[in-house]
Amino acid sequence: MTEQDDIPGLQARVHEALDRKRPLRIHGGDSKAFYGGAPVGDPLDVTGHRGIVNYEPTELVLTARAGTPLAKVEQVLAAENQMLPFEPPDYTGTATLGGAVARGLSGPRRPWAGCARALVLGLGLINGRGEHLRFGGQVMKNVAGYDVSRVVTGALGTLGVITEVSLKVLPRPERSSTHVLEQAAVSAMEQVETWFRQGLPVTGAAHDGRFLYLRLEGTGHAVAAAEKAVGGEAMAEPAPWWASLRDQRLPWFASGDEQPLWRIALPPISPPLALEGDEFHDWNGQLRWLRSSLPAHRIRERAAALGGHATLFRGDPGETEVFHPLPAAVMALQTRLKQAFDPQGIFNPGRLWREL
Amino acid sequence: MRSVYRPEDTAFQVDQQALLSGLRDLLPAESLLVDDEAKRPYECDGLAAYREMPLVVALPDTVEQVQAILRLCSGLRVPVVARGAGTSLSAGALPHPQGVLLSLARFNRITELDHERRIARVQPGVRNLAISEAAAPHGLYYAPDPSSQITCSIGGNVAENAGGVHCLKYGLTVHNVLAVRLVTMDGELMEIGSQAPDSPGYDLLAAVMGSEGMLGVVVEVTVKLLPQPQTREVLLAAFPDVESAGNAVAGIIAAGIIPGGLEMMDNPAIRAAEDFVHADYPVDAAAILICELDGHPDEVQDQLQRVDELLQGYGAHHIQIARDEAEKARFWAGRKAAFPAVGRISPDYYCIDGTIPRKRLAEVLLRMDELSREYDLRIANVFHAGDGNLHPLILYDGNKPGEFERTEELGGRILELCVQVGGTVTGEHGVGMEKINQMCVQFRPDELEQFRALKAAFDPQGLLNPGKAIPTLHRCAEFGAMHVHNGRLPHPDIPRF
Repeated sequence: MTEQDDIPGLQARVHEALDRKRPLRIHGGDSKAFYGGAPVGDPLDVTGHRGIVNYEPTELVLTARAGTPLAKVEQVLAAENQMLPFEPPDYTGTATLGGAVARGLSGPRRPWAGCARALVLGLGLINGRGEHLRFGGQVMKNVAGYDVSRVVTGALGTLGVITEVSLKVLPRPERSSTHVLEQAAVSAMEQVETWFRQGLPVTGAAHDGRFLYLRLEGTGHAVAAAEKAVGGEAMAEPAPWWASLRDQRLPWFASGDEQPLWRIALPPISPPLALEGDEFHDWNGQLRWLRSSLPAHRIRERAAALGGHATLFRGDPGETEVFHPLPAAVMALQTRLKQAFDPQGIFNPGRLWREL
Repeated sequence: MRSVYRPEDTAFQVDQQALLSGLRDLLPAESLLVDDEAKRPYECDGLAAYREMPLVVALPDTVEQVQAILRLCSGLRVPVVARGAGTSLSAGALPHPQGVLLSLARFNRITELDHERRIARVQPGVRNLAISEAAAPHGLYYAPDPSSQITCSIGGNVAENAGGVHCLKYGLTVHNVLAVRLVTMDGELMEIGSQAPDSPGYDLLAAVMGSEGMLGVVVEVTVKLLPQPQTREVLLAAFPDVESAGNAVAGIIAAGIIPGGLEMMDNPAIRAAEDFVHADYPVDAAAILICELDGHPDEVQDQLQRVDELLQGYGAHHIQIARDEAEKARFWAGRKAAFPAVGRISPDYYCIDGTIPRKRLAEVLLRMDELSREYDLRIANVFHAGDGNLHPLILYDGNKPGEFERTEELGGRILELCVQVGGTVTGEHGVGMEKINQMCVQFRPDELEQFRALKAAFDPQGLLNPGKAIPTLHRCAEFGAMHVHNGRLPHPDIPRF
């Protein structure tokens, strides 16, 4: 892969779109085109703007251009025995760093190591006036100005074109082990919480309806002691299993795919959804994948009643919103925020909210 | 003392009578302070060099009153400055001379503590430490621990995105707050964030965190609680030079260890602290590191051994592992008392708050030493070494004419140095009024314009905390007259990312 800086090219495309009043569909590896409202507009390919800009392992910070493949970032980090703590998914093997941050999705380690937004330290952004701006920085602590980097994270490219990202990275754990235990989902959730409070180094807790998959990571002695405490069977090759969960390649995700896939985020230790359909838990039950043909409003009412929200992750939204509708006052604020960054509405229209 | 509002910050046309009579309709007499004597305690925050009297101080008791006050002020176009415990070190809560100072002090209750879900809902005036105290019986605590945690309030922590000595491992306020209830300037109450791990749409919570009271008034905060670590070990290591201490910090992190706390002090700070609290610090050391490891006993033992070896390898000439709780407390006592300790050896001191990439530490300290001689003012340094957050303390005498002005200028030079090496003008104290000029060095005009557009999405009339945090282009033009050469920004070759 050749390193390449193409900010002038990207800026020119944005200016052209502004002049011609034509929306842009920003994309990297197109690995998450299914996520959010259907993409419309002239394609703006960011993959030409790529390369690691700065990486100092002892500073725990990596800066790379948005079009850098996620796989490349992970390879560079692995060479220094470090990692992206939020385990961003790469559904097709073509995902880019910019796409990962624009989607803001996090993998199984999220409740214990932080989400995408928590780890973004700074970024470069071409806004809807065609200006290339920089926010945040390459240091851990920075409270100068509004935290635009974290607002842009997860905005699905609707606030501007991300050009460069600085992320906090972490050392890889010395040892990783996964134990599989047959246990009902509700009691497993409480059990994992108890282990966590006892200081066991939990970094993953998924439940497929029958088995709990518990990942333990830390120093050699700590993991050995934790393994003894939890019992159950150690998985022979856990890394590919967690990667398959992250990237939705486990058999559970492949089966029943004629039905919509819902992503339901809930407060800790929430009761069962009790909705018709198949469930798979990640994040110790705070993230529930649901295959269900129930109408959107039924699923959303239940998620809201539990203090959470439901996203139609895969499937045709029809007349409904992909993301859980917000109260009017909050939605009005979302609209004004969009206008503050993209007054002409040229970036990824309809990806996040139908009207934006 | 002085005010540093600019003419454009104070160009509101305020009908004082309409404001006062409107407020009297909304609040009982004891909740409004209008006499100078009663308002005096509110004229400054933790940065007492900046003082200003507000038109009126309002002390509401209910969310409805807050909404009504903001609606009234919106209608009359009156500026509003929210205030928690008033411990800001950047004059973030400095009153506006034409406005209302809105104190949230009476919102001091913990609304809910759900120990099973490890979540607390608290009112904004609740003290930071009070949350951990309430959670302690359940073996839980609230992680961010700014040094003012005994006094500072959680609402202010949200406004400043407060840090503390443990944030390398446990994060800042932004990493530990799940939701806020926010009243916008038009009096609308909204819930931002939730107890779920994320929320649909734009992350408005990220915008609010650290926004210095410029976007809305926080009337409730939902925080995440953590289990208290089972074990804690504290090491003290002394180094013959600052550079080796800096290298040791990098070495610990390169070895894959993220300590709970990792603090550095330089010789002037060590001496001041030792004179004050007798922590048994080696007073001949050029620098000391205090390293705290916490977690599961097996994990901590593994790390302790490794850190001990590393510190020796990087040239520590003296390493002590605290033998008991009393010694752990003593090692920390010197660091925690560093500010008042410096206060004892100098009539006044001024605390600076910049962040730098850690690898530039030795260079920055050297350059600061030169600046110290240039301005003929002593500097003591304490450093959140793990995350690169530097707190130089400039020693001065406010009674000597011109010395405070020189101190302020030196502080500004230090912050610009932080930006030059790739850092930032504020790590955790906020911009407030204090560092507003240095924002012109860190950000370009179009970036400042984008900040203003974001602000306008929340507060279109610009009534919340005007004149702070984000400088006007007028201000930058005037400040820049000293710094900009040939129409170019200082150090155009430096990536300001």
